[in-house]
Amino acid sequence: MPWDRNQMAERAAQELEDGMYVNLGIGIPTLVANYVGDKDITLQSENGMLGMGPFPFEGEEDPDLINAGKQTITELRRTSYFDSATSFGMIRGGKIAAAILGAMEVSEKGDLANWMIPGKLVKGMGGAMDLVAGVGRVVVVMDHTNKHGDSKVLKECTLPLTGKGVVDRIITNLGVLDVTHKGLHIVECAEGVTREDIIKATEATIV
Amino acid sequence: MKKVYGSASEALDGLLHDGMLIAAGGFGLCGIPELLIDALVESGVKDLTVASNNAGVDDFGLGKLLATRQIKKMMSSYVGENAEFMRQYLSGELELEFNPQGTLAERMRAGGAGIPGFYTKTGYGTQIAEGKEVKTFHGENYILEEGIFADLAIVKAWKADTTGNAIFRKTARNFNPPAAMCGKVCVMEVEEIVEPGTLDPDHIHLPGIYVHRLIQGDHEKRIEQRTVRQKETA
Repeated sequence: MPWDRNQMAERAAQELEDGMYVNLGIGIPTLVANYVGDKDITLQSENGMLGMGPFPFEGEEDPDLINAGKQTITELRRTSYFDSATSFGMIRGGKIAAAILGAMEVSEKGDLANWMIPGKLVKGMGGAMDLVAGVGRVVVVMDHTNKHGDSKVLKECTLPLTGKGVVDRIITNLGVLDVTHKGLHIVECAEGVTREDIIKATEATIV
Repeated sequence: MKKVYGSASEALDGLLHDGMLIAAGGFGLCGIPELLIDALVESGVKDLTVASNNAGVDDFGLGKLLATRQIKKMMSSYVGENAEFMRQYLSGELELEFNPQGTLAERMRAGGAGIPGFYTKTGYGTQIAEGKEVKTFHGENYILEEGIFADLAIVKAWKADTTGNAIFRKTARNFNPPAAMCGKVCVMEVEEIVEPGTLDPDHIHLPGIYVHRLIQGDHEKRIEQRTVRQKETA
């Protein structure tokens, strides 16, 4: 059985180590926070916050306290706030150890596309281009194929790039792949998924 | 030095002209200068270029200025929340200059700090690097981005004293300080204006030198994505 969203998030949480400052993207990456366990992780929200807490209880929402997905959140004892220029200073400056992001496409060279589909969907890159350029390690979490069954893990991205050669690791519903100089290397298969299943679902070169 | 004005319209009086460049603070609907945006709608000023991370939603924030077609061009990083924005852009009615969020913030900060350009890794190898100078530092490629020098900055803070020293609240700070800095003139709206000496000088987030006009008002502070968790029952 391929992993579901929560299992992908749980697997992604294993990428995080004690003491890390981490940025989680919107979607499945947000769920990673549910699986960090006892690890001492500080979450950054790029609009201007370190030490992001869970969603508030009903009635305790604060319009002045939101995450980068514009969702209401809470603060922790360790929380600090700052402006967006300072926030991206710490991102660009390499102070954030890792970012876990969603993607539309990833290439075998580590190129990432996740911000627009020309003529159809124009969302914008938000902070994703800064994150992939600046953080220590970039982990992508996404489904291995799109709803038509086509591979999202490609030789070359077809969509406009968010970053070139920026992805270190890809976690999909089928398993875990690392970007290497020669191509993608299968690190792990989801339970019941074989290497052959992954190779079949992947357009990119697997070594 | 009179900085306090009676209303948003009064505070903008004499500052507006068609075709001007306005930098706006806020992220999503959080910390946006909602009263000044309403006053811009009322003023009828048009052909605006607005540098702002987002463009509000269809009926709130900068979305109101899009609905009235007063905006000619947006400089933003994310427009996913706004259907009218996407429609105007895809139909060619609205110009849109996508800026990575950190690049936009730094362009504002740089403009305010007298820095006309800077090099950043962000966006290298992507379409936003097209036409921009590339320079190599320590073996890595960087692109040249320009500081933003806005004709007017409109921002929102929590509290300010009558000299403009301002304090923001939680994540409502976001783009407000850099936006304030890059305006030739900065108009700020706050929830409360206090007398000088009331705010601890060590706790000022934005010194009053960046703030030229100031108003106090009631804010709707709409929440864009209300997300909650359930209290665990014992």
